[in-house]
Amino acid sequence: MTKSFGERQVLGGIDLTLREHEAIALIGASGSGKSTLLRCIDLLVEIDDGDIFLDGEVITDPSVNPVEVRRRLGFVFQAFNLFPHMTVIDNVTLGAVRAHGEGRKQSRERGREVLERFGLGGRENDRPDQLSGGQQQRVALCRALAGKPRALLLDEVTSALDPELVGDVLDAVRDLKEEGMTMIIATHEMSFAREVADEVAFLHEGRIIEQGSPEKILAEPERPETQKFLRRLLAAGRV
Amino acid sequence: MKLFLIVEVIVLVLGLLVAVVRTSKVPALFPIRMLAAVYCDFFRGIPVILLVYLVGFGVPALNLSGLPTDPLVLAGIALSLAYSSYVAEVYRAGIASIHPSQTDAGLATGLTRIQTLRFVVIPQAVRRVRPPLLNDFISLQKDVALVSVLGIAEAFQTAQIITLSTFNYTPLIAAALLYLAVTFPMARILDHITAREQINS
Repeated sequence: MTKSFGERQVLGGIDLTLREHEAIALIGASGSGKSTLLRCIDLLVEIDDGDIFLDGEVITDPSVNPVEVRRRLGFVFQAFNLFPHMTVIDNVTLGAVRAHGEGRKQSRERGREVLERFGLGGRENDRPDQLSGGQQQRVALCRALAGKPRALLLDEVTSALDPELVGDVLDAVRDLKEEGMTMIIATHEMSFAREVADEVAFLHEGRIIEQGSPEKILAEPERPETQKFLRRLLAAGRV
Repeated sequence: MKLFLIVEVIVLVLGLLVAVVRTSKVPALFPIRMLAAVYCDFFRGIPVILLVYLVGFGVPALNLSGLPTDPLVLAGIALSLAYSSYVAEVYRAGIASIHPSQTDAGLATGLTRIQTLRFVVIPQAVRRVRPPLLNDFISLQKDVALVSVLGIAEAFQTAQIITLSTFNYTPLIAAALLYLAVTFPMARILDHITAREQINS
């Protein structure tokens, strides 16, 4: 698939396959197209060319209702994007109640369980701004999970966090992976990518120029662009 | 006071409706969007008192059956039309101030566009514009007092006298047009500047 904003092509010739229970890590410099790719998959932006499949269905077909597709996917944003005017539990249950037609009581019960599980028990009635960044991002993760998604799209979920808060969020993602959640993870955390991802794809100027097992891509990359990118991260102490 | 409360409710609902239409981006809504923009520019541009005169004298003068003739009801209609256009712009500013990432989050949660507006964008927008909304309601209250105590009853008699002697509302309409000639371009220029700023940011 391809995607341009005006004259500028931000994604070109992307061909990516995600199998059930697998996690793919998208790595690459800022502006390489990682976020745009995830937003295209969740149909938050329209693609120009090509097709995206979910469970064998072409979700980019004009006859497909994008709302139905988004209900089958979970998205976690870099900046959390929680609803600031709602309590934590309302953030988590809004989708279940309004999008999935679940009963209020049942969805609250389930929401509380999920929050409990990610260490947020007792915070149901707080507002997002009363929580730390790490807690907010875990609430966002709970919100994405509340719709029982077929796959999770994680867009640099730790990039906006203070370093000491990154661990909690990564632990949560690690847990989900162990449970068999299917995920695409855009990330700058290379050690995390190595640990959790079954496959790593390196994006450079809107194209996947190298793709393979984490061991191979992160340790012995073939392409000079990948080597350069990893060297830079190494110099910045991020690997 | 009763008139004020009724007008206020109408203004809150109609204003929000116009604002939502004006901020929507659906191509199919383009004609309604244009209509809403013209509505805002038009009623924002005419002084309230002139509008009260035009509706208060003009509607009875049409002599059509089925139209209200009670001066207070007519004043209420004129005020609702005027204030809905002000309040629509206040709401619109509020909606525009909510970061698009909130809409993304609403959609990603599985909500439809309308649900996202209803549960995510509008509640935040309304909270943000409460002070200017209150401002408009204080003005409305004063204008209601003005037309209900002094305006209509007396002016109506005056108008009847004028109507009987001339049958002519042209001066009022001409005055309204003069105001619009100034305010219309101003509104368009402001929209243009706002749009440019949005592109730049």
